[in-house]
Amino acid sequence: MRAPSSELPIAIEGVSLRNRDVTIIDDISLVVTSGPPTIVIGPNGSGKSTLIRLGMGLVAPTSGRVSWGGRANGGERCAMVFQRPVMLRRTAAANVAFALRPGERNHRARVAALLKQVGLADLADRPARLMSGGEQQRLALARALARDPEVLFLDEPTASLDPASTKAVEDIVQTIAAAGVKIVMATHDLGQARRLAGDVVLLMRGRVVERTAANAFFAQPATPEAAAFLRGDLII
Amino acid sequence: MPDSASALSLVLGGDPTLYAIVRLSLIISLSAALLAAILGFPLGAYLALARFPGRAFLTVLVSAFMGLPPVVVGLAVYLMLSRSGPLGFLNLLFTPPAMIAAQTLLVLPIVVALTRQTVEDLWIEYRDELTAMRVGPLRRVVTLLWDARFSLVTAFLAGFGRAAAEVGTVMIVGGNIEGFTRTMTTAIALETSKGDLPLAMGLGLVLIVIVVVVNALAWSARRVGEVRAG
Amino acid sequence: MLCRRLILALAFTSAATFGGAAFAQDQSIVVASTTSTQDSGLFGHILPLFKQKTGIDVKVISQGTGQALDTGRRGDADVVFVHAKAQEEKFVAEGFGVARHPVMYNDFILVGPKSNPAGIKGSRDIAAALKTIRDKQVPFVSRGDKSGTHSAELNLWKLANIDIARDKGTWYREIGQGMGAALNTASSMNGYVLSDRGTWISFKNPGDLEIAVEGDKRLFNQYGIILVNPARHPHVKKELGQKFIDWVLSPEGQKAIADYKINGQQLFFPNASAQGA
Repeated sequence: MRAPSSELPIAIEGVSLRNRDVTIIDDISLVVTSGPPTIVIGPNGSGKSTLIRLGMGLVAPTSGRVSWGGRANGGERCAMVFQRPVMLRRTAAANVAFALRPGERNHRARVAALLKQVGLADLADRPARLMSGGEQQRLALARALARDPEVLFLDEPTASLDPASTKAVEDIVQTIAAAGVKIVMATHDLGQARRLAGDVVLLMRGRVVERTAANAFFAQPATPEAAAFLRGDLII
Repeated sequence: MPDSASALSLVLGGDPTLYAIVRLSLIISLSAALLAAILGFPLGAYLALARFPGRAFLTVLVSAFMGLPPVVVGLAVYLMLSRSGPLGFLNLLFTPPAMIAAQTLLVLPIVVALTRQTVEDLWIEYRDELTAMRVGPLRRVVTLLWDARFSLVTAFLAGFGRAAAEVGTVMIVGGNIEGFTRTMTTAIALETSKGDLPLAMGLGLVLIVIVVVVNALAWSARRVGEVRAG
Repeated sequence: MLCRRLILALAFTSAATFGGAAFAQDQSIVVASTTSTQDSGLFGHILPLFKQKTGIDVKVISQGTGQALDTGRRGDADVVFVHAKAQEEKFVAEGFGVARHPVMYNDFILVGPKSNPAGIKGSRDIAAALKTIRDKQVPFVSRGDKSGTHSAELNLWKLANIDIARDKGTWYREIGQGMGAALNTASSMNGYVLSDRGTWISFKNPGDLEIAVEGDKRLFNQYGIILVNPARHPHVKKELGQKFIDWVLSPEGQKAIADYKINGQQLFFPNASAQGA
């Protein structure tokens, strides 16, 4: 078995995405490399979700191209967690098992370990659809981890969760990042961005306004738009 | 069957002819519904997920065939199975298997159309996750069908209801032979034509009760499953 | 696990049902007969006697005469047992049947409302009665389905020197259904209908109908039985079919036919030995 090629760097080159006459992503060029989490922030409608989906390969650009580790079709070792996870109509353990790669489908031990990692070990036999929002999101994380990803995309994973669940999710994400998985996450929660970011990408109206290391960004934003955003102004 | 007995006293008295007729009706219609489900669930899911030229036309056709007139289906199958027809060598005409085959054909469009709608709706919800998890086409079909299982029970019941209620197909293909191919609906038609309307009505009520019971059982199974699986 | 058990149970039941049915078919024949014969209840009386004697199951498909003969032509039945002599003889002449044997007769009667709208009650002249109905344009129900009864009815209009195809108006209702349905319709619209006596006697929903005309020799209704030609359809069960025909024509079978009564009235009069029947 040849070694799987890396998904990184993910190169987004001159990418635009238009839907009829609405431009969602406007000529973005961006490279995602290994390292600490890349957090994508910006006002609602700025294109954060779409950018994440482009990086994951869920949607194709109208112009420009996306490549993974230099390849046009990558994403085999990418995983994604959505804002509202969709649980399969079966137990938590079965959901995780579903996501395992073909060779390991019956690996009970691996499922148990993954559930333990996200703190859901004693809910293994609970029907996933009957779990709380926070529990479902953690299960979604376990499902994503089941694919042993190199890159984990998250699209506003805690937007619908209460603070306790949010913290639980953030802790798991930190642990995953520390284990070497590249995190690319969209969030509208500046506090969360501060807590998790290695580097920050600020999007506004489909364009990258600024991209810097987290400390630099929050301490001293380079652009006036960034400054206005950090102040909490409504950017029209 | 005794001419002057009322249907109720037949039921309560455990009349063997009546029970034979009820049993045959159930076997035929349940088998047809089951066969239609086995064939129709994957077909419906495929129609929901696949993209090919003519898909829209096929969808409309399947929907339209939900309203296939039973007599027409019966006549078509009769011509196929007649000794003078292409499948005459099977010697199936005027037998229960022929009736099951004919009813399966009648009911298949209903199951396919309802499955297609259910799976299509579910796909909209599941699409992102299943794509992100890189689930292949066959596995998508299996996953969606399994997750839609409770709605598919309804599709099955719709098929069963149509099969149990119709008379045109089973009459032509089965021949309403006493003791062999007489079902509840053909018996009702016969008693009506003999002028024994109270008996015919009584049989009709028995048929309705049976269909209601089958539906109630399937519904309870569905509810129990739903509560347990969420 | 439960799923697997369920499937096994279903497979078992199906095998038992159809296995049983397939086995039964070995000692069985299919007889295409008419709805009026079936509705009269005759088969319910004589077939068990035949089965008891020979162990052969007789499966009766009851259709209109036209359809019954068509079933014979297609080879979907082994024996044809109808009451339309001209059509039967044509069937044999065309090579679809081996030979036609007369079996029994019953008679037709003209049934109509008790209120006697055509004023023909008690008549023994069917031709005159039909003329009156046509002249007064009283509602008349025709089976209109190429059956033996329908053929007889058309014949009677001819005998009355009436061109019914030309003279029929809204008073003449062709319903394209069996005898029971025709009686139902006549009952509900207060009209006249030609029926065989057998169906009439066992009819459960007479409403306001009663016998208006009977006894005319021209109302005679002869039944014939034919073995479907194995030269034409090799799969026809000719031995079993012939056994049935032989029994029906035998003194035993003929007696069984004569013994069939409803409300103490004999419906069918066996005449297998009659010449030219």
